[in-house]
Amino acid sequence: MTATTTTPTRTPPPERSGRRGAALLQRLVVVRELGILAALVLLIGITLIANPRFLSGQNVRDLMLSAAILVVLAAGQTMVIITRNVDLSVGSVLGLSAYATGTLLANMPGTPVVVAVLAGMAVGALCGLLNGVIVAVAKVPSLVVTLGTLYAIRGLDSLWGSTSGRLQINATDLPTGFKDFGGARVLGIPVLFLVAIAVVVVVGIHLRSYRSGRELFGIGSAPEAARLSGIPVGRRVLVAFVVNGALAGLAGVLYAARFQTLDTTAGTGLELNVVAAAVVGGVAIAGGTGSAWGAALGALLLTTIGTSLPQLGLDPFWRDAAVGALIIAAIALDKSLTDRLAARLRGRNLRGR
Amino acid sequence: MAVDTSAGPAAPARPSRAPRTLPSGSVITTFLVVFLVVAGFAVDGFASSRNAGFLLLDVAVVALIALPLTLIVVTGEIDLSVASTVGLSSSVMGWLWFQGLPLELIVPLVLVLGAVLGAVNGLLVTRLGLPSLAVTIGTLALYRGLAFVVLGDQAVADFPRSWTTWAISSIGGTGIPNVVLPLLVLVAVTAVVLHATPIGRSLYAMGNSEDAARFSGIDVGRTKLWLFVAAGVVSALGGVYWTLRYGSARADNATGVELQVIAAILLGGVSIFGGSGGLLGVMAGALLLASVRNALQLVNVPSDVLNIVTGVLLIVAVVAPQVTGWARGRLASRPPG
Repeated sequence: MTATTTTPTRTPPPERSGRRGAALLQRLVVVRELGILAALVLLIGITLIANPRFLSGQNVRDLMLSAAILVVLAAGQTMVIITRNVDLSVGSVLGLSAYATGTLLANMPGTPVVVAVLAGMAVGALCGLLNGVIVAVAKVPSLVVTLGTLYAIRGLDSLWGSTSGRLQINATDLPTGFKDFGGARVLGIPVLFLVAIAVVVVVGIHLRSYRSGRELFGIGSAPEAARLSGIPVGRRVLVAFVVNGALAGLAGVLYAARFQTLDTTAGTGLELNVVAAAVVGGVAIAGGTGSAWGAALGALLLTTIGTSLPQLGLDPFWRDAAVGALIIAAIALDKSLTDRLAARLRGRNLRGR
Repeated sequence: MAVDTSAGPAAPARPSRAPRTLPSGSVITTFLVVFLVVAGFAVDGFASSRNAGFLLLDVAVVALIALPLTLIVVTGEIDLSVASTVGLSSSVMGWLWFQGLPLELIVPLVLVLGAVLGAVNGLLVTRLGLPSLAVTIGTLALYRGLAFVVLGDQAVADFPRSWTTWAISSIGGTGIPNVVLPLLVLVAVTAVVLHATPIGRSLYAMGNSEDAARFSGIDVGRTKLWLFVAAGVVSALGGVYWTLRYGSARADNATGVELQVIAAILLGGVSIFGGSGGLLGVMAGALLLASVRNALQLVNVPSDVLNIVTGVLLIVAVVAPQVTGWARGRLASRPPG
């Protein structure tokens, strides 16, 4: 501070330097998201050259439908990962919610779609509440807690399925209204995908512009500092888990609406795909950075890889390998970008002095 | 800091309490023993030597992979790719056998492959400084994907009888599977390394504070790299054993087993943040999970319940110490009288 007053001509005022740092960080996030977008465009471009009909109406709609579920899950997971936590139970929550929604609709065909959606989200929110309470109140690492609930919720789901006498819910069990919701389009775009976009926009704006959203970043960057500066850390983390649970519940409803045939294994193993989508989308696994848009782009990219590999004449067996390589490339890129940013900010401070 | 006065009286009590702490893993071991005794009496057929043999066969791969993974978790890192390494090893083993190579040559080749896969993880974590959780989620997908690239959805099942029967038969009709002997040797070696050598102590030091460990002269990067290599080799060994035990090399072998291994480790009292826990607890954790599964199957409880039990056990295992710690804190801070 004293140094700045002695050499005022060469040194920017400290707050401006801080603001420039923030601007740099902002630019980094934008660059990062443009990077995934470029990768996505590149992938689609190459696939188009191999098969000009890749972007035909039906293909694109299938792609959107496949992506919708992963996009919703990735947006929710982003909120949790930003707080330096993780929720591995989302695949099981999706399964339970899908089965609950399916059972509700099969038993009471008159249920309006909105009620079915809310019921699925409520089931998910309850699961999220369970996770959040254990993580925030008992202060147990979320990786362990949600690994436990991954097993427990899946067990509950399949126990329900095997005791209710309805091992599988088929399209014939579901009311027409719900099936129409699954196939509905607005201006040619599947409604399920529009729901996913709406989720991303809401979560994205909340994370970017609302105090409770910004505080999640503070918690993830430095939990102790966040606590000392008066952020209600426990409550924020709890709410992030509840919202993520509700979104996993919503994803369960979308699953039921899309496939219209489901059993209690729905969503098994999905958790790693979700975390992968978020990580590819620039959400740092150590917390503190990321955005819902990025995670959604990551989910889109992972889904597109799955559909474009066969078009490129590659065996679909390459999909998992490509996804794995992409995750590693993404985190390596993030690391080098943040290292360079840190070095630049440090250099700026040194010159400032 | 303001509560200093209330914490004051508790402070001198601390040192006297410390020697009374039980060795790590003793709670879960006690729990295992109690469960085995109760199940032995209450569950028909649980205590038979035939059943014990099956139980040990089932637990072998989980216990095997848990050995190096425990060391990794103690240093504060994690490796989620172990089960995919099992799958890729199994695929490559099947492919090489299909190409007509003898198993005597295939097994060392597969172990070398495991070392390479582990080294990839280790180099990404230690040289590039990437978080091991994210790296190994990546290699979990990558290695499993490569397993499918190698073998597709085919299975190679014509391995020589002499090898596959060894994998499931027992030592001279005692009911103890052959595989238990080499497994016990590896458990003993790992236990000695972790609990009785400077290397083991350096792992705990890294887990507690990596900076402090580095300043005290420990080569953190190199140690971690070798741990990941060890996890790769041992997982490849698990892949060889898995293939022989089920007599079939498939790309999807051992899918999801990483979660079972990690559940065993955490149940055994190893902190996910590193720096604490021991091998005894981990082995007890692995045995407990397998025994509960086995006993529930014998009384025809559906496997769904088992998932619930596994999950609840895991959560209870980590929440319980927190609750007792909190209760103890309340008791200690209560003014005397």
